[in-house]
Amino acid sequence: MTASILKETIKKASQGLRLDPNQALLLYEKADLLTLGRLAQTARFRHNPHPIATYAVDRNINYTNICVSGCAFCAFYKEKEDPEAYVMDRDTLNAKCDETLDLGGTQILYQGGLNPDLDLAWHEQQVAFMKSKGLHVHGYSPPEIVFMARTEGLSIHEVIQRLKEAGLGSIPGGGAEILVDRVRQKISPNKASTSQWLGVMQTAHDLGLKTTATMMFGHVETLKERILHLLAIRELQERTGGFTAFIPWPYQPGKNTLSGRAAGGTTYLRTLAISRIFLDNMPHVQASWVTQGHHIGQIALHFGADDMGSTMIEENVVASAGVKNRMNRDEIIRLIETAGFKAVQRDTLYKPLENYKPVEKA
Amino acid sequence: METETTISTFLSDSILERITDPAIRTVGEKLINDERLTPKDGLACFNTQDIIGLGQVASAVKRSRYGDKAFFISNHHLNYTNVCENKCRFCAFHRAPDSKDAHTYTPEEAAQNIAQSPVVDLREIHIVGGCHPDLDLDYYMDLLKALIRAKSSLKLKAFTAVEIDHMASKAGISSLDCLKRLKDAGLSAMPGGGAEVFSERVREALFPNKINADRWLEIHGEAHSLSIGTNATLLFGHLETVEERVTHLFRLREQQDLSEGFKAFIALPFHPENTPLAHLPGPTGVDILKTIATARLILDNFAHIKAYWVMLGLKLTQTALHFGADDLEGTIVKERIAHQAGAATSPGLTRKRLVEMIEEAGLAPEQRDTFHRPIQES
Repeated sequence: MTASILKETIKKASQGLRLDPNQALLLYEKADLLTLGRLAQTARFRHNPHPIATYAVDRNINYTNICVSGCAFCAFYKEKEDPEAYVMDRDTLNAKCDETLDLGGTQILYQGGLNPDLDLAWHEQQVAFMKSKGLHVHGYSPPEIVFMARTEGLSIHEVIQRLKEAGLGSIPGGGAEILVDRVRQKISPNKASTSQWLGVMQTAHDLGLKTTATMMFGHVETLKERILHLLAIRELQERTGGFTAFIPWPYQPGKNTLSGRAAGGTTYLRTLAISRIFLDNMPHVQASWVTQGHHIGQIALHFGADDMGSTMIEENVVASAGVKNRMNRDEIIRLIETAGFKAVQRDTLYKPLENYKPVEKA
Repeated sequence: METETTISTFLSDSILERITDPAIRTVGEKLINDERLTPKDGLACFNTQDIIGLGQVASAVKRSRYGDKAFFISNHHLNYTNVCENKCRFCAFHRAPDSKDAHTYTPEEAAQNIAQSPVVDLREIHIVGGCHPDLDLDYYMDLLKALIRAKSSLKLKAFTAVEIDHMASKAGISSLDCLKRLKDAGLSAMPGGGAEVFSERVREALFPNKINADRWLEIHGEAHSLSIGTNATLLFGHLETVEERVTHLFRLREQQDLSEGFKAFIALPFHPENTPLAHLPGPTGVDILKTIATARLILDNFAHIKAYWVMLGLKLTQTALHFGADDLEGTIVKERIAHQAGAATSPGLTRKRLVEMIEEAGLAPEQRDTFHRPIQES
C-alpha cells in the first residue's frame, strides 16, 4: 500500500508537480537517499537549467554580540557586562569593508544581536556608510527588525522603509529556525514568532527588497514540522515572489545550552533535497559548506543546491559553536568545477558577475 | 537467511531511464546482465558528471547482496612501531629510529595496551607498523603470541605485505615461509595497506623504497594460498591519474580471480597534512564517492567495500554507505596514521556511536567478526 503511494509520489515529483505536505513528508521519510537526490537534481535543473553553480564573495560583519534574546542554540551572544561583549565602531567597520573590497567582495552580510543600546539612527548611519563604500548591504534578519520596531515604537513597515532609504539592499533569512511556534517556544521564546518572521519578509518584499529564507533543523522539531516550515515559506513566496534563495542547515551543538548532536551527512542531504523538491517556487537553493565542510558542501551540488553560498571572509556565529570551516575563492571554484559545474561569481541578488580568474599558484 | 534479490530489484527501469549519463546507464545494464565491466567502463564511472546515477548503480549492487545492512567490527588499532625506513612522501606517520618521538612496543607492552582496551566486546586487533631496521622475525611472532595470550578470543589482522616482505628478507626466508610462521604464531588475516597505487610512475615519485605492485600482489596471493584472508587498498587523490586508479582496480580484480582470498577493498583518500605533499588539496567529496562506487562496480569478485570513517569523516561515511560501501571498519580506539596526516575525525568511536550513525543513515547496523561473519548477539 505505502509502496505504491510512494511510487506515485516519486513519479509526481519527478514530473515537477506540486506536492502537498503529506506527500512531501512521505518522500522525506521513505524515499531512499539517492531517489531524493535524483528528484532534487531534476528540480534543480528545472529552475537552473545550465550546469552552473554560483558563489558570492562577501564578508559577515556582526555589528554586536550583545543580545537579549538568549536562544538556547546560540553560542555567539554575550551579556552587556561580559568582557568579550562588543559593539563595532566605525573604524573597524571601515577596515573590514576595505578588506572585503580588496578581496573582490561585493556584499556585506550585516547582522548582530538584539542590543537595546543601538537605535535605528545608528543603524541607518552604518548602512549608509557601507553603501557609500560601494558595497551591497544584505542585512538585518527579521528578529533584528522586529526588535528595532519594538524599541523604537515604530511599525515593521517604517523600520524597513527607513533602512531601505539608508541603503539596505536586501534582507537575510536568518532567525527563521523552524517556523512553528511550538518549536520556537522551546528554543527561542524571546525571538520573533512565526507570524512576525513571515510578516517582516512579506513587508520587505512589498517594499521591493529581496530576501533569503533559512531553516535551522535537527534540534527539537519533528520531520513534519520541517515540512510545515517549508510550507510557510512556499506560501509566502507564492504571494510575493520575494525570496531569492533557501538555505537549510543543521543546528550545531557546541557552547550553548541546547546540547545534543548535530544532524549527520545523510540527514543534511535528505533535508536539502526535500527542500529543493518541495519549494517549487524558489529560484535558488544554497549549500551550507560552513556547517557541512568541504566534502558534503560539494556533494550538496548534486542534491539540489545550485549555489555554494559565499566565501565568508569572516564568519563568527557558527565558529563560536566550535565548527570552523574555511574556504577561499579559489577553493570554492575548485570544488564547484570538480563537481562537474561551471563556477560563476554572483552578486547578492544572484546576478552573474564578470568571471574571476583563479590565481596561478607557483 | 539472505533473501534472494538481484541488481535489477534495486535498479528498476524507471531509475535507469533517469540516469543522465548514457555510459553509466550502460554500466547498469551490464551489471544487470551479469557482464563484467571493462577498463573503459571504469573510466566512464570516474569521468561521469552524474554521480547520483553512479551511486544508484553501485548502491543496487550493494543492496542486492546485503540489503540495508551496514557492517562494523569491535576492533582496536595497534601500531607496534612508527619507525620505518621507507620514508614514503605521502606519509606523516614514520619516524627515524633516533627520532625523539619514535616508539616501538615490546610484545608485553602491546599486550598490556590491548588488555586495557576500552572496547568491551573486542574481536579484532588491526596491527600495522613500519619497516623497522632492527626488529627480527622472533619479535613479530612474539608480538602475536603475546596478544593472543592477553585475550585468546582475539583475531589478529596483522602486517601489510610491505612489512611481510621486509621481515622475510631480513630473516633470509621466503615470504611464503614467513607467512606460514606468522600464521602458526596467531596471524588470522592481513590488512590491505601498502598497495598505494599500482603505478611504477607514481611509485618512483612517492614511494621508491616500497615493494612494487607485482610483489604486493604476490604476497597477497601467497597469503590466500594459506587461507589467510586479506584486504586491499588504494591510496588516491595525490599524483595518480584516473587511468592509474582503474588499472589498480583491475589488477586487484585479476588477482582475486586467481587467488580468491580478498575480503574487503578500502579506498583511502590521501591526507596531505604534515607530509611533503602538503601543498596538495586531497581528494574532494565527489571524488571520494566516485572512487568508492567505481570500486564496488569493478570489483565484482570482492565481497566487501569499506567506507573507512577515519579518513572520510562521519558525514561522508554515512553518504558512502549509499554509494556502494557496505562496511565502515570499526571502533578502532586510537587511530594514528591518518591522524598524523590531519584526519579531522576522533581517533576512535564507541559501538553506540557507530550504531547511531548507521541508523541515522537509514541502514541496519550489523556487527561482524574479522572474517565478515555476523556476530550472534548474546
